[in-house]
Amino acid sequence: MTAASDRAAENRRLLRKLGLVTLGAFAFCFSLVPLYRIACEQVFGIRLDGRPVDAATGQALVVDTSRSVRVQFDASIHNEREWRFGPEQVELTVHPGETVEAWYVASNLTADTLVGHAVPDVLPRPANPYFAKTECFCFTEQKFAPGETRRMPVRFFVSPDLPANVNTLTLTYTFYNNEQATRREQAAMAQAASAPDPDSRG
Amino acid sequence: MATDHTAHHDAHHHTPSFAQRWLFGTNHKDIGTLYLVFSLVMFLIGGAMALVIRAELFQPGLQLVNPEFFNQMTTVHALVMIFGAVMPAFVGLGNWMIPLMVGAPDMALPRMNNWSFWILPFAFLMLLSTLFMEGGGPAGGWTLYPPLSLQGGNSIAFVIFAIHLMGISSIMGAINIIATILNMRAPGMDLLKMPIFVWSWLITAFLLIAVMPVLAGAVTMLLTDKFFATSFFNAAGGGDPVLFQHIFWFFGHPEVYIMILPAFGIISEIIPTFARKPLFGYQAMVYAIASIAFLSFIVWAHHMFTVGMPLGGELFFMYATMLIAVPTGVKVFNWVSTMWKGSMTFETPMLFALGFVVMFTIGGFSGLMLAIVPADFQYHDTYFVVAHFHYVLVTGAIFAIMAGTYYWLPKWTGFMYNETLGKWHFWLSTIFVNLLFFPQHFLGLAGMPRRIPDYNIAFSDFNMISSVGAFGFGLSQLLFAYIVWSCARGGARATDRVWEGAKGLEWTVPSPAPHHTFTTPPRIDDRELAHGDVSH
Repeated sequence: MTAASDRAAENRRLLRKLGLVTLGAFAFCFSLVPLYRIACEQVFGIRLDGRPVDAATGQALVVDTSRSVRVQFDASIHNEREWRFGPEQVELTVHPGETVEAWYVASNLTADTLVGHAVPDVLPRPANPYFAKTECFCFTEQKFAPGETRRMPVRFFVSPDLPANVNTLTLTYTFYNNEQATRREQAAMAQAASAPDPDSRG
Repeated sequence: MATDHTAHHDAHHHTPSFAQRWLFGTNHKDIGTLYLVFSLVMFLIGGAMALVIRAELFQPGLQLVNPEFFNQMTTVHALVMIFGAVMPAFVGLGNWMIPLMVGAPDMALPRMNNWSFWILPFAFLMLLSTLFMEGGGPAGGWTLYPPLSLQGGNSIAFVIFAIHLMGISSIMGAINIIATILNMRAPGMDLLKMPIFVWSWLITAFLLIAVMPVLAGAVTMLLTDKFFATSFFNAAGGGDPVLFQHIFWFFGHPEVYIMILPAFGIISEIIPTFARKPLFGYQAMVYAIASIAFLSFIVWAHHMFTVGMPLGGELFFMYATMLIAVPTGVKVFNWVSTMWKGSMTFETPMLFALGFVVMFTIGGFSGLMLAIVPADFQYHDTYFVVAHFHYVLVTGAIFAIMAGTYYWLPKWTGFMYNETLGKWHFWLSTIFVNLLFFPQHFLGLAGMPRRIPDYNIAFSDFNMISSVGAFGFGLSQLLFAYIVWSCARGGARATDRVWEGAKGLEWTVPSPAPHHTFTTPPRIDDRELAHGDVSH
């Protein structure tokens, strides 16, 4: 019987160890969220576009006037009943190293306050690391009053290191309704409207 | 220990009641039987869903079901077959055979064994109940890619909890199997003397505890994205839907091998028996399984070549994937070499094993085609992919499970199954399964997308052939259910050895295997092991 109870204790020890491995694997799954970002940005040079590039970096560059690159502007909308969204210019011709401004226009087609969020992409993909935005409406939440139409800027430069075989770039945005932010804003407005507010609307 | 003693004591004096034996019992053979019966039921339910799909696709246009329900069928068919049919069948076979093969009296953790089985019926009740809920069941594909999977009804929460339960069940099953294999082997049963089936399960169990928690984590993130305002995968909130695909396939690719490695083990037991020769290259087989398991962790992104990853990533995942063909080739050549100059006979288990070797290899080759990045852009999400994974899962995993069932059924029931009907079952299955899936290669190459209820009339003929095959294959499985049922009820008495060329500890116990076996450890005789002299 001692051999059997030894074995039972051994089984329980192994159960605990393997249980820890399981918990480790579960934790590993969540660690993949930051690891993915690190792998994309540090290893593969894919800019996930959370932050602007420092404008000073662009100003410090020498503009290569001997070369011209076409930048095309494109837009798509996630829900056409809620938004109208598009570029003001179809394309611009820029010199590598030159910081340029372009404009997009968005309209809220509904009778509610909405918060939009634009997700950018640059094609062709290998050129993605050479396109830098110093300022962009895609970095922040875009709150729109009911029926509001607004112009939104993007400032960017194309790195002089852009491979010679690339002469056309496409900047494209998908415009989403940020549902969580929209809910938050609408709730805040509903609260403001219902709360007794002495200095509003005499 | 006290409970073990009581159970043992009881068995000698009075037979336990039905509930004591089947609901509360911890005997590895009874739990193995429960797993296998559950798996057969799920196989028939999942098969019925496949027939709904093939009936709708019999002709172009929308005939029988609405597209929303069609999508629910493709999604739930996959979840039921993967988590309800194939995986529990392997766990059932493992429960029955591993203690018998390593000379252990029972599984290492019998109480947990009971628990891990009894989670499953509830998990699948929950999954299947979503089909009757408002908004219907999950319809975004079994891969649950967001944002699509989160755009259906709230029933997705039930699907996610069902997946959590299935994960908990298979993790507990895997831990039990690892503990049994590492701690419960009879003296003299060294690791490198274990039958290949036991080896394949040991490695599979490690894959399971490594990746099932990753799936659990991924679906938890889906749950919080949908109901608790997180943005792991929500692009509007700063998340990235491609991240889900990476996490999912980090689970999903090892999962593919979880469903095929035990099949390799079964085939490696059956071929030596009916070729009457020891398994060729036993150690190479063990190392090949281990290599495949390792490679399975570094190839996941070949499922998502079209998401726009960097060229370097595509090349890495392409070459790593193609590398898997090497250990897989080792296994196929070793099976063929085992048969070489053997005195072969072709009983039903051997027929299914041979069918496995041929048709699994076809599936392996189409997998190699899919691994090639530039070609994959053409094949991605077409019926070519459907044909590929059904060749490896139906004629691979399912054929191996059936081969194993016929092989060990006489040991379980004490009776021989009806050999004539078994052969009929094999030939009907083989002919119809090829009629079902082979034309899908052509459909895919011609550009028919998967998961769509309607198609261009140019695809009509091949779809009609495929649907005829589907109904033939599906109905043939009723014959299988009948053969198993009638074998459990009676027939010619099985001998202890059952098969002339069978080797290994499981054939040294009486047929049917008594409720308690190897309560005193057996003496291991190296010449009696299925792979003969292990020093070569």
